[in-house]
Order: sequence, then structure tokens, then C-alpha cells
Amino acid sequence: MAEYTAPTTEKDLENRFGQIKPYMNPTMAYYESSRCLFCYDAPCVKACPTSIDIPLFIRQIHTGNLDGAARTIYDSNYFGNICGKVCPTEVLCEGACVYNLQEVKPIEIGRLQSFATSRAIERNRKLYEPAPPNGHKVAVIGAGPASISCACELRMRGYEVDIFEARNHPSGLALYGCAPYKVTNNDVLGEINYLQEQFQFKIHYNHPIESKEQIAALERDYGAILLGVGLGHTQPLNIEGEKLDNCIGATEFIEQVKLVPLSVEVGRRVIVIGGGNTAMDAASESARLGAEAVTLAYRRSKEEMKAYAFEYDLARSAGVMGLFNAAPLAILGTEKVQGVRFIKTHSEGGKVMPLPGSEFEVACDMVILATGQSKRSDFLGLIDSLEKDARGCIKVHPGSFQTSHPKYFAAGDAVNGGAEVVNAAAEGKMAARGIDSFISNSK
Amino acid sequence: MPNLTANLAGIRSPNPFWLASAPPANSGYQIMKAFDAGWGGAVWKTLGIPIINTSSRYGAINYRSNRMVGFNNIELITDRPLADNLREIEEVKKYFPDHAVVASLMVESRQEWHQIVKDVENAGVDGVELNFGCPHGMCERGMGSAVGQEPSVLQVITQWVKEVATVPVIVKLTPNITDVTEPALAAARGGADAISLINTIQSLMGVDLDRFVPYPVVDGKSTNGGYCGPAVKPIALNMVKNCAQHSGVNIPISGIGGIENWRDAVEHMLLGASNVQVCTAVMHYGFGIVREMLTGLEGYMKDKGFAQLSDFIGKALPNVTTWENLNLKYKVIAAIDAGKCIGCQLCYTACEDGAHQAIALPKNGQESRVPAIIEENCVGCNLCSLVCPVENCITMERKDNGSGPESWKDYMASGKAPTAFNDERAGGHGHWIPEPKAGLGKG
Ligand SMILES: Cc1cc2nc3c(=O)[nH]c(=O)nc-3n(C[C@H](O)[C@H](O)[C@H](O)COP(=O)(O)OP(=O)(O)OC[C@H]3O[C@@H](n4cnc5c(N)ncnc54)[C@H](O)[C@@H]3O)c2cc1C
Ligand SMILES: Cc1cc2nc3c(=O)[nH]c(=O)nc-3n(C[C@H](O)[C@H](O)[C@H](O)COP(=O)(O)O)c2cc1C
Ligand code: SF4
Ligand code: SF4
Ligand code: SF4
Repeated sequence: MAEYTAPTTEKDLENRFGQIKPYMNPTMAYYESSRCLFCYDAPCVKACPTSIDIPLFIRQIHTGNLDGAARTIYDSNYFGNICGKVCPTEVLCEGACVYNLQEVKPIEIGRLQSFATSRAIERNRKLYEPAPPNGHKVAVIGAGPASISCACELRMRGYEVDIFEARNHPSGLALYGCAPYKVTNNDVLGEINYLQEQFQFKIHYNHPIESKEQIAALERDYGAILLGVGLGHTQPLNIEGEKLDNCIGATEFIEQVKLVPLSVEVGRRVIVIGGGNTAMDAASESARLGAEAVTLAYRRSKEEMKAYAFEYDLARSAGVMGLFNAAPLAILGTEKVQGVRFIKTHSEGGKVMPLPGSEFEVACDMVILATGQSKRSDFLGLIDSLEKDARGCIKVHPGSFQTSHPKYFAAGDAVNGGAEVVNAAAEGKMAARGIDSFISNSK
Repeated sequence: MPNLTANLAGIRSPNPFWLASAPPANSGYQIMKAFDAGWGGAVWKTLGIPIINTSSRYGAINYRSNRMVGFNNIELITDRPLADNLREIEEVKKYFPDHAVVASLMVESRQEWHQIVKDVENAGVDGVELNFGCPHGMCERGMGSAVGQEPSVLQVITQWVKEVATVPVIVKLTPNITDVTEPALAAARGGADAISLINTIQSLMGVDLDRFVPYPVVDGKSTNGGYCGPAVKPIALNMVKNCAQHSGVNIPISGIGGIENWRDAVEHMLLGASNVQVCTAVMHYGFGIVREMLTGLEGYMKDKGFAQLSDFIGKALPNVTTWENLNLKYKVIAAIDAGKCIGCQLCYTACEDGAHQAIALPKNGQESRVPAIIEENCVGCNLCSLVCPVENCITMERKDNGSGPESWKDYMASGKAPTAFNDERAGGHGHWIPEPKAGLGKG
């Protein structure tokens, strides 16, 4: 029997997707916060992309100053609660905590962060008030973490902000992508709602920007425009059989898991192709949804996977099996997926080399392709003279996040090619500062 | 097997661990239970005309996640009728003839003192302890510390007791006095067979920030209480030592104050206590802690080759001298063990802001976070080694040239001591200290 059976009720779901970083209760937070050494020039702060003053907020938690703690966190990162839950803290703040060097468990910074911020959200504490209107308007495309972060920061400087979002919910991949056992939809939407009540930016839902006319109108009506559009669909592998039923992109699969978890039909035998964090998530999630056998197939070695080691361990703990040095040649089947043909590989100087004659087939009834997300090149093509780098990501000035078109700024996955929520939050904030100095200087 | 038998002015007990006169020694039931658990003696909760207590009665200081590092109470003497206590004393002595049962007493008139001493002797006590220490409530009525703070009154009452007592008389001293040896000398002059110290220290435990009342709150009001628990040990040790070193006192001492484990007990004894009494630690953890105290003491004595308690009682006294006799030529300098250092840089900030700017951070761009001692500036104060969270990571290494010893007394005699405000012979003369302005912009 597999680790999990298919869930049929909300209760089952709670059990399949139990939070790996559940909220602390006040006693846990009290004890954990007491351990922090209050390091000088603390390494944990340096490892945080948003440079939250971690020793300070931990001390504030310990002295019962919860609003102060939440404020310290939000001052640096508007996604305090979400980041506390979804950040790969093992390789960021907690990985840098000095306790590691003593082989003592590092401080649970992420959970403490979520403790402080979730309390502020629950009690609806008003920590911020936007500055009086400065008479300038900024348009923001997309309502993901990069955009919301930028909007909050702009509101603090008195800008009027309109966010245009293609879909009917805010927060982008933090909602549609982040694994359900890391953060719940309520947690995500709750934090955005909390921010919106305080910062009062407008979000226009079901409002995709997809034409030259719309772009021209934005350019006319707004002093600057932020591109926080993230990435697009899963990129095809360009092998035979990708169009078969039950062959699905990882982002699309995960989106269903997040939005309609009880209607997701996961196969009995699933093969996930890829070696990044999205592959790990897709594999974990299909196992938790009751697949009997989940194989994670990667064309290079285990050590070469881009996924964090702890993400692979998490997938393994849900019952996922690894298959390494196996490159897919074709997806087999007539209407529905029936298997995958692989060839064995070995690496030579970082290049994947197939071993001739080593083809083999693995039977399955579902294939999930976690082969990376495409860039939104159609959309980006609507904007004149917008420069992109070799990967197709928007080129920006590293300090101001201004693009080659001076009126446009960009942040998040669309710039960095796909990183974490915390990076999008950090970049969105910096872009707001860039926009502010651009508009102030052009007065 | 070392012999743990204790003897305080003729009062014998199987080991030196006694319950202090306090709630753990409130009843025969508790004392039976304590003796059963391993305690060697008990000083009964102070007897006298029974009182009426308030509720609430206690306050505590927590340090970080540690509860009750300091404890305080506004409780008075026993609230139970004398007859009940006498009957229970008799019963305890029947079961435990070899354990020490001492009655703590507090009454007013000579006649009352005579009566109560006879009553408890008839019940079978091995000694009496005169409570001249309670610093709250009872002192407002002219008893407790009101007596302890008035050496001549203390002496007279001790004499009254000695007029009738046939068992040894212990006088319990209050620390709420400038020089504890004055009441100790008065007790000796009055004929006391031993002294015990310290009772609790007058204190306010903190203030309720919302109700504007100190703790403990009794219907919106509070009063000063008596402070005890781990935090008071250093004060107790100093007072025990002062009495032990005074040639005029010359009667045995029962050490009390902040004792929670065998180490605390041994410290009291090394400074001259013949046995020890414990209250707060039992109120916190129960009678069971005595098992750790017994095995710890036994192990220590075995390790050191001590056959009986008298082998080490007072053993540290010759090494406690006056400041003027300390060797000024002795010099230690901090040394960091880079292999153990976890890079918290607490030593840096402590020395930089709170000591002598004798620790340098690694140069910019260096991977390591291990600070370095600037030997020319280090004055050997120990601060860094005390703040360092890693055991034995910072050690103090002897660095003097072996000349000396030479003390302040010697300096004064040979004319080497500074005598003028700008004397060239000042200790800090020539120390490197940055210019005041260099302190700007570093906060
Ligand atoms: C499966 C998966 C799991 C992940 N897990 C984690 C994790 O555990 N921890 C973590 O920190 N990060 C995780 N991430 C990454 C993280 O979600 C992203 O880095 C982050 O959401 C990027 O934010 P963004 O604002 O740049 O883009 P997005 O979140 O992608 O938001 C872009 C928004 O723009 C909208 N949009 C796009 N084009 C248009 C248009 N033309 N007009 C109007 N609106 C438009 C989109 O609808 C979307 O709402 C995960 C990502 C994926 C795919
Ligand atoms: C609640 C409480 C009540 C006390 N009552 C008495 C008392 O009746 N008589 C007395 O001599 N000392 C009394 N004391 C003082 C203790 O005996 C002891 O001297 C003091 O607590 C210091 O020791 P410790 O910190 O190890 O507990 C009391 C202490 C406490 C905490
Ligand atoms: S590194 Fe660890 S101990 Fe030091 S401040 Fe950060 S969380 Fe606290
Ligand atoms: S306090 Fe100790 S562990 Fe911390 S930096 Fe200094 S030497 Fe290293
Ligand atoms: S011993 Fe004192 S002066 Fe020397 S380095 Fe440590 S803190 Fe500084």
C-alpha cells in the first residue's frame, strides 16, 4: 500500500496536507525566542533576502511586544507570514544561524516570524497608514508577491496604485503554486487582505493586460508601470506523446491541487519528470493525493538536482522514489498515457550524455512535466524597446529595477527567472523605491 | 564511602540538607515526606501566635525561559494552632529520631519566649531557631527583622531564650542590614549556639503595567516582600563568609539562600557553613531534588578525597581576602578558540561597547566570522568570556612576566600608587582609546 489513499473529504485533505511548519502557540514562541543569542551583525539577517532584523523581532516576541515584532518584520518584508511558512529557511536564515556551528538546532526563525505576523493579522492590528496622496499614479501589472510588495511601499509614499490582475485572486504563485502543506490558501489570502485594508491599493481582478491599446492607455494615465507578471505555462519538452491525455505540466497540476484539491484525478502510477523544486512539490502532492507509485525521473544524478536536499527528503517521506540519470525519449500511449521511454545517461563535464542502447520503458498512467515555466514573451512583446536577457527575463538596473524603457520597472520571477516569494517581495520593494526616485526626479 | 553526617552546634543530622523554615516545613505530613525522600533535617515553619495570611502571597522573576530565578513572598509565620504543630513534631520525632527537627520561633514577651521554648522542647525538638529575619508584616509588629536590625534587642531576646533552653539555640539573621556581623556578634554575646543566614531580602518583585500595582497584588494593593531563590545566592555567600571570617562570631553557621543543587550547597560550606537550608528550590521542584544533592555531594567528596564534611567546611575562607591584598602584577588576556567559535560576535560588541575595544572583527570580505583579540588593549576583565555562549571558547590566558606578587598595599608602601588626578602611575595611563568622534555613525 502507498503512504496515502485518495482524499474524499475536507478532513482527509487536512490530514494529507498537514502543515510542516504549523503555527507556534505562545508558550512555544516564548521558549524558542528565549534561545536567540542576539548576535552582533547577525548572520541570519545577512542571509535573509529582505534583511529582516531577526534578533530584534525575536527579542520583541520574548518581551511580549507582539505588535512591535510584527512591525519589525513588515518593515522589511510585507509577506511576513507567508514567507515564514514557505521560505526555504534551511538554506536562508535558519541555515545561517550560528547555532548550526555548534550542532545545536538553529532558531526556528520562520515559525517565530509567522507567529508574530499571524497574531497581528488575527487581531487585525493596524500597523501602517498610507502617506497623504502625493498626486502621482502608478499602474502595476499582476497581483503576485512582487507587485503587492511594490504597491504597499508606494502607498507608504503617497502614490495612488492600481493593480491589474488577469485572474480573480491576488498573490500569484504564492496561492497557485506554493505547496498546500507549507501554507494554506486562507493564510495567503488573509495576509493580502490584511495588507490591502491597511495600504488601500486597488486591485482590478479579471483584468488581463493583453493588447497594445491597453498598454498605451496605461502609459498615458500613469507616471510609471511595474511589471510583476511572473512566468507562464510549463515549457514543453518537445518529445513525442506530450499531447496525450494525462500528460500535464507541473504548474498546471499544482494549480488544480491548490484550487480544487478534491477533484484532482491523480493516476495510480505517476512519473514526474524534472529535478527542481517544482518537480519535488508535484511528486509529493501526487503521492499525498493517493497515487500508488510516484517516480521522480531526472536526467542527471541526484547530486546535480537543482532542488534543495530537504525538498527531496520531504518527497521521499511521502513515498516518492527517485530515478536518476534517465532522460525521457518519448511518452507512450495511444490516447492516454501508458508509459515513458527513457535512456540512461551519464554526465561528462556537466553535459548529459546518453548511453547508446540503454533505452528502457516504465509503465505509468500519468506524466507530470516539471520542466520549467515559459517566459511571458507575447505579453512582453507588447512593450516597445523592452530589453530581455539571454534567458528571456526582463533586464533591469540592479538598484532601481528600472527596465530599458524608463517608464517601466519590473520585479519578481519575470526578472529573476523564477526564485522564491521572498525574492519577489524584496525586489518589489526596491522597485517601488526606484519608481519613487524616477517620478520625484522627473518633476 | 564519605560520611555525610552533619553537626551544627550539637544538632546532628544524617546529611547537611535541611528544609528551611517555610511552607515546605509547614506540617508533619510534609516533613515526614521530606525525610522519607532523603532530607536530613527540617526547621519547622515559624511557630508563635498563629496569624492570618493574605492571598495572593508570592511574586517571581523569570529570566528568559527560566521560571522563578528570584522569588518573593509576603507570607507571615504559621497560621496553624500551636497544639497541632506540637503534636506533629512529636510524631515526626517518633518516626525519625536521628533526623534533626528544629522549631523556628517568633513571639514577643519574655514570658511567651519561655513558654514556647518549653513547649517545643517537650514535643522533642533537637534545637530552636529564633526568627529575627522576616522582613515583611511581622516586623511592622515589632518582631522578625525589626529585632534582627537592632543588635541590642536581639541580644536580650537571645538571653531570654538561653535562660530556659536545654537544646542548642540558633539565631536566624536578616540580610536587611548594612553589616551582618553586628547582629551575628550580638547573637554570640547573647549566648546563641549557632547562627543561620540569610532570611529574605526586602523587595518589590515588579509592577503590573496595566493595574499600576506591584506584585503580588492583594485587591489592588501590594507591599514589600522577602526576596529569595537562585538570584540571592551571591548575597548570601558574602554574608556567610563575613560571619565565618569574623573572629568574634566564632559559632557555627547554617547557610541559607539560593541553594538548589549540590554545587550551591558545597559553595556555602566552603565559605564556612556547617550545613545548609533550602526553601525556594523545594517550593519549585519538590522534595525530590535532594536525591541530586546527596549524590552530587557524595561524588564531589569522593573525587576530592574528603572523608567527612569538616574536611572542606570553610576551605575557601583563606582565599577570600581584601582587595588591597590582590596581586596587581597578575595579568590574563582573553584567547579565542577559533575551532569552537560560532561567530555570534557577542564578545565583540560586549568589549567594544562595554569594555575596552580590545576585540576586532574579521576584515571585510573575509569568509570567517571569528573575531580576534587585540592583546595590547585587553585588560583581562573576563567580560567576553562571560558573554560567549560556547563553553570554554574564550579562555583567559596568563600573560604576565612572573614578577610580583605586588599588591595595592605594597604599592602604597613603596610609593608606586598614584596620588594625583593626572598621575603618570595610573593603571589606564597609555591605554589606547579611540578619539570620541570616532564613535559617531557606527550605531
Ligand atoms: C509549484 C511552485 C511552488 C513554489 N513553492 C514555493 C515555495 O515553497 N516557497 C517560495 O518562497 N516560493 C515558491 N515558489 C515561487 C514563488 O511562488 C514565486 O517566486 C513568486 O510567487 C513570484 O512572484 P511574482 O510576483 O514575481 O509572480 P507570480 O506569483 O507569478 O504573480 C504574477 C501575477 O501576475 C498575473 N499576470 C501575469 N500576466 C498578466 C497580465 N498580462 N495581466 C494581468 N495580470 C497578469 C498572474 O496572474 C499572477 O497573479 C513556487 C513556485 C511554483 C511554481
Ligand atoms: C514563602 C516563604 C515563607 C517563609 N517563611 C519563613 C518563616 O516563617 N520563617 C523563617 O525563618 N524564614 C522564612 N522564609 C525564609 C526562608 O527560610 C529562607 O531563609 C529564604 O527563602 C532563603 O532561602 P532560599 O532562597 O534557598 O529559599 C520564608 C521564605 C519563603 C519563600
Ligand atoms: S544567528 Fe541565530 S542566534 Fe544569532 S541572532 Fe540569528 S537567530 Fe538569533
Ligand atoms: S562570543 Fe564566543 S562564539 Fe561568539 S564570536 Fe566571540 S568567541 Fe566566537
Ligand atoms: S577580557 Fe575584557 S578587555 Fe580583554 S578582550 Fe575580553 S572583554 Fe575585552
